[in-house]
Amino acid sequence: MTFWNDPLKVAADWLTGIFTGWGMPSAGAHVLVAFLGVLMLITILMVIDIFLVWIERKVVARFQDRIGPNRLGPFGLIQPFADIIKLMIKEDTTPDGADKVVYNIAPMLSMMSVLILWAVVPLAPVMLGVDLNAGVLFIIAAGSIGTLSIIMAGWSSNNKFSVIGAFRQVAVMVSFEIPMLATLLIPTIFSGSMGMNAIIQSQDIWFFFLSPLAALIFLIAAIAELGRAPFDLAEGESELVSGYNIEYSGMKFGMFYAGELLHAFTFGGFWAIMFFGGYRFFGLEKVSPFLAIAIILFKALLGYWVIMWVKYTVMRIRIDQMLAFNWKFLTPVAFVLVMVTALMNALLDGAPSWLFVTGMILSNVIVAWVAMEFVRSAAKQEREKVEVPKQVAEAHH
Amino acid sequence: MTGEQIIFLIVGAVTLIAGFLVVTVRNLVHAALWLVATLFGVAIIYTLLNAGFLAVVQVVVYIGAIAILFIFAVMLTRRQAAETGPAMNKNWWGGAVVAVLTFAGLAFLLQTWSGFSKTAAAIPSGFDAVNQLGGALTSPAGYVLPFEVASVLLLAALVGAVYLAFNKK
Repeated sequence: MTFWNDPLKVAADWLTGIFTGWGMPSAGAHVLVAFLGVLMLITILMVIDIFLVWIERKVVARFQDRIGPNRLGPFGLIQPFADIIKLMIKEDTTPDGADKVVYNIAPMLSMMSVLILWAVVPLAPVMLGVDLNAGVLFIIAAGSIGTLSIIMAGWSSNNKFSVIGAFRQVAVMVSFEIPMLATLLIPTIFSGSMGMNAIIQSQDIWFFFLSPLAALIFLIAAIAELGRAPFDLAEGESELVSGYNIEYSGMKFGMFYAGELLHAFTFGGFWAIMFFGGYRFFGLEKVSPFLAIAIILFKALLGYWVIMWVKYTVMRIRIDQMLAFNWKFLTPVAFVLVMVTALMNALLDGAPSWLFVTGMILSNVIVAWVAMEFVRSAAKQEREKVEVPKQVAEAHH
Repeated sequence: MTGEQIIFLIVGAVTLIAGFLVVTVRNLVHAALWLVATLFGVAIIYTLLNAGFLAVVQVVVYIGAIAILFIFAVMLTRRQAAETGPAMNKNWWGGAVVAVLTFAGLAFLLQTWSGFSKTAAAIPSGFDAVNQLGGALTSPAGYVLPFEVASVLLLAALVGAVYLAFNKK
């Protein structure tokens, strides 16, 4: 075993050796090394987060036919650091009548709910925080802590707009958790495990090719969970100013903002892990763990790019439309898809892989087609309701 | 004392204090947030018992759904989040006696159980707890009947709630 095959283990063994050499008990040394590992992962993530601000601003600029940050440093790369300095030296305000403790905990909890997700992300076959056998559910659990942070932020600010924004955002997050959980069960059915590493290892054929509909529903639910356009109802500028984070200033606002960007990047990563093979790419991941990390980061960035592409292309929808879309369309489709996939998986058990793939894709196409037929008839009814000319009262002279 | 025992004692104390605060703080939203802390403590205790799946389900169901529902209900139904009336009525001592007796009864029952003072056997490597749980819940030799009965009960409750909320035209 060398540094190039399993860098984490080698580094951990080396550090443990040093610490025990200083006379530390070996159990204590293990805890300290694990703590240092977590600290390192979080530090790397926060540095990535700084550059995500730059990426987000550059990409939105391109979508809007602008150049984006270009004055500070090459390609405006120093811009995010200037942003951070600005956020740090801004006045830290607390609104009158705010619930101070809850108000200050909320941004931390928001950032934590994103960082904690990386505990189960496998960066390479040998590099992951913990191979939890309920990894899929862990994503939803971390999301519910994020939901809690938003409702805490909205309520403690002592501001009507922030409470309404928080209500809307929480309604979106609580309801879109359901189709997300249902579609996360589909990789679980294919791989027979809820652990992230097992899901990646069983993707000899990317699950996207087995269940493109599930990948699409997961992406939609993820965008809703992130609170990004077209589901950014918490940020209705015209009626709510800025939603649950109106009252936050300086770095506390920065925590929400950076948390959102890192969350989007993380869900890009989960999309890649669940449906696009994670760190696998034609056996390249076996060459070196560093190559595997490069592959998964590249795929996560691609997923993040798709999320940005949707955000800057689609317009915001109304809350009733959004809830109807989730409860009357997305949730039933996701549940039917899970049932059909489980049934097909049992029927095609032991079939050659070409038959398995064809059967799965066909069942996906049929589910999507039937769902679209339902949408078509519902839309037709809506149109007929609108098109019937209203009985206008006779004008009295 | 092992590290695990120290963590258990800290988490247990925090959970108990948070649980006590749930019923004593005056602000209902604070009570709901302390409830979240209590439930989180229980999730950590599940983790200490090597029940990672149950810990995650605890967070998803109790914090992600039920606590959020409580907070919503408090915020939507009350103008003031703080309770103004007295926190206890005159029967508080009766409740306290029942609580102490229940605790004593449970402690006595556990005392008579042979496994009470034993340390748990180490889990063999490669043991998939989620797989075992899934198998137990779906095999006829396991708990398929209670599981299905519970599902039907929940479904009935769901249908009942929809019926009550349904706007009759």
